[in-house]
Amino acid sequence: MIEEKFDAIVVGAGMAGNAAALTMAQRGMKVLQLERGEYSGSKNVQGAILYADMLEKLIPDFRDDAPLERHLVEQRFWMMDDRSHVGLHYRSEDFNEQSPNRYTIIRAQFDKWFSKKVQEAGAVVLCETTVVELVKDSFGKVIGVRTDRSGGLIRADVVVIAEGVTGLLGTRAGLREIPKPENTALAVKEMHFMPRETIESRFNLKGDEGMVIEAAGTISRGMTGMGFIYSNKECVSIGMGCLVSDFQRTGETPYGLLDAFKRHPSVAPLIEGSEVKEYSAHLIPEGGFKAIPQLYGDGWVVVGDAAQLNNAIHREGSNLAMTSGRIAGEAIFQLRSRREEMTEQNLALYKEMLDKSFVIKDLKKYKDMPALLHTQSQNFFLTYPQLVNKAMQSFVRVDGTPKVEKEKKTIRSFVNARSWFGLFADGFRLARAWR
Amino acid sequence: MAEAPKKPAAAGGRAGTKKELPEHFKDYKHVWVFIEQERGVVHPVSWELLGAGRDLANKLGVDLAAVVLGAPGGGVKEAAAEASCYGADLAYIVESDVLTDYRNEPYARAMTELVNTYKPEILLLGATTLGRDLAGAVATTLLTGLTADSTALDVDTDGSLAATRPTFGGSLLCTIYTLNYRPQMATVRPRVMSMPDRVERPLGRLIEHTFTMVEDDVVTKVLSFIADRESDKSSLAYADVVVAGGLGLGSPENFQLVRQLASVLGAEYGCSRPVVQKGWLPAERQIGQTGKTIRPRLYIAAGISGAIQHRVGVEGADLIVAINTDKNAPIFDFAHVGLVTDAVRLLPALTEAFRKRLSASTSERIAS
Amino acid sequence: MHIVVCIKQVPDSAQIRVHPVTNTIMRQGVPTIINPYDLFAIEEALRLRDKLGGQVTILTMGPPMAEDTLRKALTFGADRAVLLTDRFFAGSDTLATTFALAAAIRKIGDTFGPVDIVFTGKQTIDGDTAQVGPGIAKRLGLTQLTYVSRIADVDGEARTIKVERRAEGGVQELATKMPCLITMLEGTNEIRRGSMNDALRASRAEIVKWSAADAGIEDTAKCGLRGSPTIVKKVFAPSPRATKATMVEPGDATPAEALIAEIFKQQPELESKLMTLARGY
Ligand SMILES: Cc1cc2nc3c(=O)[nH]c(=O)nc-3n(C[C@H](O)[C@H](O)[C@H](O)COP(=O)(O)OP(=O)(O)OC[C@H]3O[C@@H](n4cnc5c(N)ncnc54)[C@H](O)[C@@H]3O)c2cc1C
Ligand SMILES: Cc1cc2nc3c(=O)[nH]c(=O)nc-3n(C[C@H](O)[C@H](O)[C@H](O)COP(=O)(O)OP(=O)(O)OC[C@H]3O[C@@H](n4cnc5c(N)ncnc54)[C@H](O)[C@@H]3O)c2cc1C
Ligand SMILES: Nc1ncnc2c1ncn2[C@@H]1O[C@H](COP(=O)(O)O)[C@@H](O)[C@H]1O
Repeated sequence: MIEEKFDAIVVGAGMAGNAAALTMAQRGMKVLQLERGEYSGSKNVQGAILYADMLEKLIPDFRDDAPLERHLVEQRFWMMDDRSHVGLHYRSEDFNEQSPNRYTIIRAQFDKWFSKKVQEAGAVVLCETTVVELVKDSFGKVIGVRTDRSGGLIRADVVVIAEGVTGLLGTRAGLREIPKPENTALAVKEMHFMPRETIESRFNLKGDEGMVIEAAGTISRGMTGMGFIYSNKECVSIGMGCLVSDFQRTGETPYGLLDAFKRHPSVAPLIEGSEVKEYSAHLIPEGGFKAIPQLYGDGWVVVGDAAQLNNAIHREGSNLAMTSGRIAGEAIFQLRSRREEMTEQNLALYKEMLDKSFVIKDLKKYKDMPALLHTQSQNFFLTYPQLVNKAMQSFVRVDGTPKVEKEKKTIRSFVNARSWFGLFADGFRLARAWR
Repeated sequence: MAEAPKKPAAAGGRAGTKKELPEHFKDYKHVWVFIEQERGVVHPVSWELLGAGRDLANKLGVDLAAVVLGAPGGGVKEAAAEASCYGADLAYIVESDVLTDYRNEPYARAMTELVNTYKPEILLLGATTLGRDLAGAVATTLLTGLTADSTALDVDTDGSLAATRPTFGGSLLCTIYTLNYRPQMATVRPRVMSMPDRVERPLGRLIEHTFTMVEDDVVTKVLSFIADRESDKSSLAYADVVVAGGLGLGSPENFQLVRQLASVLGAEYGCSRPVVQKGWLPAERQIGQTGKTIRPRLYIAAGISGAIQHRVGVEGADLIVAINTDKNAPIFDFAHVGLVTDAVRLLPALTEAFRKRLSASTSERIAS
Repeated sequence: MHIVVCIKQVPDSAQIRVHPVTNTIMRQGVPTIINPYDLFAIEEALRLRDKLGGQVTILTMGPPMAEDTLRKALTFGADRAVLLTDRFFAGSDTLATTFALAAAIRKIGDTFGPVDIVFTGKQTIDGDTAQVGPGIAKRLGLTQLTYVSRIADVDGEARTIKVERRAEGGVQELATKMPCLITMLEGTNEIRRGSMNDALRASRAEIVKWSAADAGIEDTAKCGLRGSPTIVKKVFAPSPRATKATMVEPGDATPAEALIAEIFKQQPELESKLMTLARGY
């Protein structure tokens, strides 16, 4: 056994774990953080977009030295059928502000930087160290962890489980369930490298400006899913994600989907001539509010993706992870400064604080969305995109057909695909789930 | 020990990106090639280097000299005579009992003495285990520049040696000069330079250098030499035909298919690095930057993607044939003949077809 | 027994990209690693220490961020790490590198006890010269043992060592005296996983940081670019072959036959060559 006892052990060095470890270490707690990857971020996959606000709460002056790629000045939403897309583009000079709100990042680099901050704050960070077991005493209280290195049990007053969506510790210890296939998306992503200038001219950017494209439609072949393209400095991240249960049902492969997305005539020219350097796959928890497990217990709390805290609709995850990690750290510190034990009862403070934050409020707002998109996936991801694209083509093509006739035809096509009632119902459901 | 002359402080701060050869180096002349000879056997890389050295000497209008070290009567003079057939004008030899087996100390000392006495402007060695061991020690003793693992050698307009070598894992090439120090040293890997034709001719001059080092001066003793078993030796680097497999073959068992094709063609077989890393084939079968450089008449690559590190080891082949399921595989960028298909299925058929074709043409020939 | 292991932080060259226009290395996102060949040296040093007692000091010359590499080496269980870092060292070739490293090793001996063995890897994957080890040996007057595949025996009292060394065509068994410098062959051992205690100690260890002056280097003209006799004049990408491969379309013939036909079409002389080879002439 390791003699030394820690105030807190954090399992995982992703966004959530780093936020928790940083928060506690900044407040003088003796923190041990364990990460199975070669370094913080080495196993992490993300688009990735960073939301400045949540990071500012942890590291106010992060802009000074964080490895940020580009700040976003433009957001494009594409609704795609097999040959076309209808797009909504929003670009504003306002985003070229002093302290931009959103950045693209490369997680491997960003997490490394984040981890340095955690170390500078005084936490002991050990990488290439996998926690294999949460150790409980005879009363079921978590008292520490065991790792895959020789040396036995390491004790701590509390263990923060920040092991991400695929982490098995919590489930193995019976603290939470294995995420269900219908609550989990599988995303695959590639990094396509090309010179800066190429990226800037293809995406209409200058300097460190960046843009994102989020795309839905027939590219997911009727499954609940999306594609995305994010511009970094010298590469673009391009990816596709769909529900695991849909993959199981349809037998489609994630790589097959991504390949088709890349070959789509709207996408192919954007990545032409690039060099693919990295291919990665990762799960995203998408169950939303209804899938959130028990968040705390005797001697433990769970944060980030491991706690299903992910807003699939807005593609937000890292900010919920950071915020839940920070709040867990603050709650633990409060208890500690009041000299209170890390019991289940006391750790309920974490849940209380989290409920008051945007994390739970946002997830609550969209609580019906996942179910809706799932049951109606054929309509939302196959039928409507095709109809909209056709309508658009009919609108812009000048071929001598009277406009009135065109409109009628368009409306008819929608109704034929889905009854008036169905269309209204879908619209209504979508509005309600969104509200 | 013979100390190199002290280097003058270079003008203008930097060690001189400009050529300002100090006076004492101006009488360094001629191109030398170290002939790697052990137990009477010369490593073929030495002949390849004589070929390259001949070109340099011709361009500079100087002599090409062979340098041979070894035991008295241990094949040194024979190697020097043979060097002439590959282009050497003269030879410097050192024969001494302390040079019987290769050891760094006496070899580095002998080489350094020769350089300080006879002053070559260029010194080339093979990038073998022996050559690299020796070159590093000699260059440091002489405080001169050394370009390791060069892939091309040339003479610049101002008479400097321009040595080109891969860098950053072969993704880039760089050309390196040693402008203001002498000799300009470089090592070259076996099979990177082509073998020059052998032309029978007598050696112009033989210069025997007396070496005073005795066994008592040498700290390191050779206790034994265990030669590699014949079966462990692959003559991959010198084979005329090579068949190789990569990760695309999927399993260690499938390398049987590679071996079968190789045996029908009388070829050697090899592989890419991951195959070695997975333990499917031993390290001496690896072809590429960190394995062997090959220069066969025919190279058949099955299930190999053609990464730059592999490419640099095979580019010298006369004909590169690639079999890959991915039509975009980089290997098709430098292969001469390509076939997009599953190699695991093709190889047995190819073996059979070659067997038929070769026996048919053999009988045809016999008939005619 | 005091053993110094020289290691280098290198970019993971499998991930390097070249800018298609400017032909410069695009370093963004390229992770750095401990030169893989150096891991064999570290492990061998630790084994010797575990057997004979003593200490292992890890040494690297590099930019400040090379500290990560040293800390990682400490998690394997090394006793101390020294980072030699100074702007004077920038742009060193092998000769200048060995000058700086040799000075640092001398200083390590003075500060932490006399050095018996210096280890280096066989070669780096970025510089790839295999010359730094021999260079250090020469500068320090150490016996040079390159491509060592096995350390058979070390006698601390008599200060003798026996090793097996990979030579051309066989293995040399050598006996010599310490202090010596060993470059370790790859594949000779497997790097250990440090214990939890090693890892904890490493994460808190103070890395010794030396500037050129700290390492006792007075003549900085022998360091870095100024101390490097070699000059890189030109860096360029390998030129693509002008013509791409002729792709074989089988048509009527079987793929194997079509392929063979194309081979002999491009190189007609090969056929007779193959016949002689196949018949084992
Ligand atoms: C393709 C994709 C795109 C995304 N895009 C965005 C986006 O644009 N914006 C956004 O905000 N979010 C995005 N997300 C979501 C976001 O990445 C996650 O929500 C966030 O990373 C969650 O952080 P985390 O710390 O909870 O988990 P992780 O980042 O997964 O970290 C968990 C860490 O724990 C370690 N670990 C696990 N088990 C153990 C163990 N037993 N012992 C030791 N260590 C262990 C892992 O190695 C890992 O480092 C995206 C996700 C994906 C997959
Ligand atoms: C410092 C350094 C040094 C290196 N040195 C070397 C070296 O000396 N030599 C070397 O080879 N590599 C070397 N490498 C590794 C090199 O970068 C590549 O990783 C390696 O060459 C890839 O090996 P591969 O082509 O067998 O495997 P992959 O890259 O995995 O390629 C497999 C190929 O097989 C194809 N394939 C799959 N299935 C089939 C099938 N059924 N039939 C036909 N084709 C199929 C695939 O399309 C693919 O193109 C080095 C790397 C580094 C970083
Ligand atoms: N900057 C450096 N710092 C410490 N050791 C080094 C450095 N460069 C090279 N070495 C050592 O020398 C060996 C050979 O390097 P190279 O000559 O570059 O192939 C490496 O395996 C290292 O052990």
